[in-house]
Amino acid sequence: MNEQLIEIHDLYVNYKIYEGILKVLNGVEFRVGVKEKVGLIGESGCGKTTTMRSVMRILADNAIVPKGSILYKGRDILKMSEEEIQRIRRESISMIFQDPTAALNPVFTVGDQLMDVIKYSTKENLTKEEMKERAIKVLKEVALPDPERILKNYPIMLSGGMRQRICIAMALVSANELLIADEPGTNLDVTIQDQILRLIGRLVEERGTSIILISHALGTVKGLVDRVYVMYAGNMVEVAPTKELFSEPIHPYTIGLFKTVPKLTGGGIPEAIKGRIPDYINPPQGCRFFPRCEHAMPICKKEKPSLKSVGGGHEVACFLYE
Amino acid sequence: MKITAYIAKRLFYSIFVLLGLSMFIFTLSRVVPGDPARLALGPLAPQWAVDQLREKLHLNDPLPVQYVIWLMNALRGDLGESIVSKRPVSQDVLTFFPASFELVMFSTIISVPLAILIGALAGRRANSIFDNIVRVFSYVGIAVPTFVWAVLALFLFGYLWKVLPIMGQLSVGIRRPPVRTGMMSIDALLAGRWDAFVDHLKHMILPALCMSVGRIAQEARLLRAGIIENLKKDYIVAAISYGIPERRVMMTYLLKPSLIPMVSIMALDLASSMGGSFIIETIFNWPGFGRYGMWAMLNKDLNAVVASVMIVGIFFALFNILVDVIIAYLDPRIRVMERAS
Repeated sequence: MNEQLIEIHDLYVNYKIYEGILKVLNGVEFRVGVKEKVGLIGESGCGKTTTMRSVMRILADNAIVPKGSILYKGRDILKMSEEEIQRIRRESISMIFQDPTAALNPVFTVGDQLMDVIKYSTKENLTKEEMKERAIKVLKEVALPDPERILKNYPIMLSGGMRQRICIAMALVSANELLIADEPGTNLDVTIQDQILRLIGRLVEERGTSIILISHALGTVKGLVDRVYVMYAGNMVEVAPTKELFSEPIHPYTIGLFKTVPKLTGGGIPEAIKGRIPDYINPPQGCRFFPRCEHAMPICKKEKPSLKSVGGGHEVACFLYE
Repeated sequence: MKITAYIAKRLFYSIFVLLGLSMFIFTLSRVVPGDPARLALGPLAPQWAVDQLREKLHLNDPLPVQYVIWLMNALRGDLGESIVSKRPVSQDVLTFFPASFELVMFSTIISVPLAILIGALAGRRANSIFDNIVRVFSYVGIAVPTFVWAVLALFLFGYLWKVLPIMGQLSVGIRRPPVRTGMMSIDALLAGRWDAFVDHLKHMILPALCMSVGRIAQEARLLRAGIIENLKKDYIVAAISYGIPERRVMMTYLLKPSLIPMVSIMALDLASSMGGSFIIETIFNWPGFGRYGMWAMLNKDLNAVVASVMIVGIFFALFNILVDVIIAYLDPRIRVMERAS
């Protein structure tokens, strides 16, 4: 668990848009160890996907990275040559996209797409037959029935759950070290979503890879990961071992976030955190959470808190604990 | 559904469209004022000759009867006689249509690859200098009518810099190859007349280019829009994230879905340049079908007018089917929906 696979340090990402510059990531700190299972939670729009896309270096064209580093086994991904990052995408890290319908090309068959991924995932010169064999094998791994037929199908002919499994299969081909799952199954109904999460959990276990599981649904990460990061408006505000985070959250945002979860036993509508995620063009100075925080102090408006350990692998970025 | 069944279904539907079109154009040509018999014979012809011609052309019968007579004859391939050329209209069609068809196809061969190249580059490098130049070119290309390009081409290549012929189909002194298809380039090849083929191609370049300007502009614009839209799609980012080389992602994963809107416009462009070719044909003195149709209208040559419109209509219908087949090939979503319906 000591060896680090990915270490993100002080990462800033901005997006240039017509109205100005969106300052989204605001000094992100993040680590994943070899074979470690990490969760990442936070509201929609807090920068979870942006962080992960930076790791794969697939940010949109209008994104700028003014500062920061993303170390992969000690080497900075942001400074790698195109060939180096290409090799990582092909052999080490892969991502399951949020929306499987959008992530599959509608005008090519599943087989065309999957076999293309397989073709570039290895330096061997595979024949068409070998590629097909591997494609069938990986489709079986994600528990898809009748893989031969599915290879000939277009995405539109398949159900949402099947498309999600295909996306997982495509990611598995090159995820030999790390699988990034960006809210898998969010668009699916809960039973299918549960199946998908179990599947991902099992595959990661079998293959011994690391995983980053992104979600805005708190329950989904609970059973699957060792450690959870909580993100708010472009910052990691708290990180702790899963059990501890759920039993003893200490950052005011995390506490608020857990209150929003509807309980089966409780009555009424769960409490929401007051206010909204900040405007990224003019984000608040200091701690980005202070306008919504009930414990806000004068210092919160001036300085940005950094992640500090409170013991036992539990870190928090809040002046209440300094 | 099999592709043949699909085509058969579409052909079946187009019969009704074409019947409707024929009724419309037949009625229209008959109700416009002016006596075609009088026009054909001239103001000095005696009244009895005019009456005789009216009888011969069934002009005294009620309109529905005239239509049925015309339709029956048309189905046998007899489109009546042209009162101007004094030949059967079907024969005129066979003479003039291939010449226009050849020109329009040549313009397609020029415009489609250029439109794809320009549109793809502009879309890929949106808002670059190249894209802005293309943008201006597209607006100008779409807005400026073809005859302006034609006149400009005449001035540039016929007057200032005499490198290309500007009139007709062949240079003086080159013997016409024997007519087989009516498309002179093909006829020349069939007869093994290399000299005539090359000379004829040179004659086609300017008119075809002028015809292509608007098409390239419009098609490139559509492809650019498609590329920009699809570049943002997750499946492109996903393909890159799987480590598929960027070149391959752009050439296949991006291009194929982006071509779809362009291809559907292409059919309309093709058919409308067929119908609108009279301007180019008149300016470049090209003995084509557009010019023929225009003459027919100016002279109230009823049978020729109806035939011209119908032929262009049939051409339109057939190309629409062809394009729908191409689109169904490009876009499986359409195929699946067809099957469901």
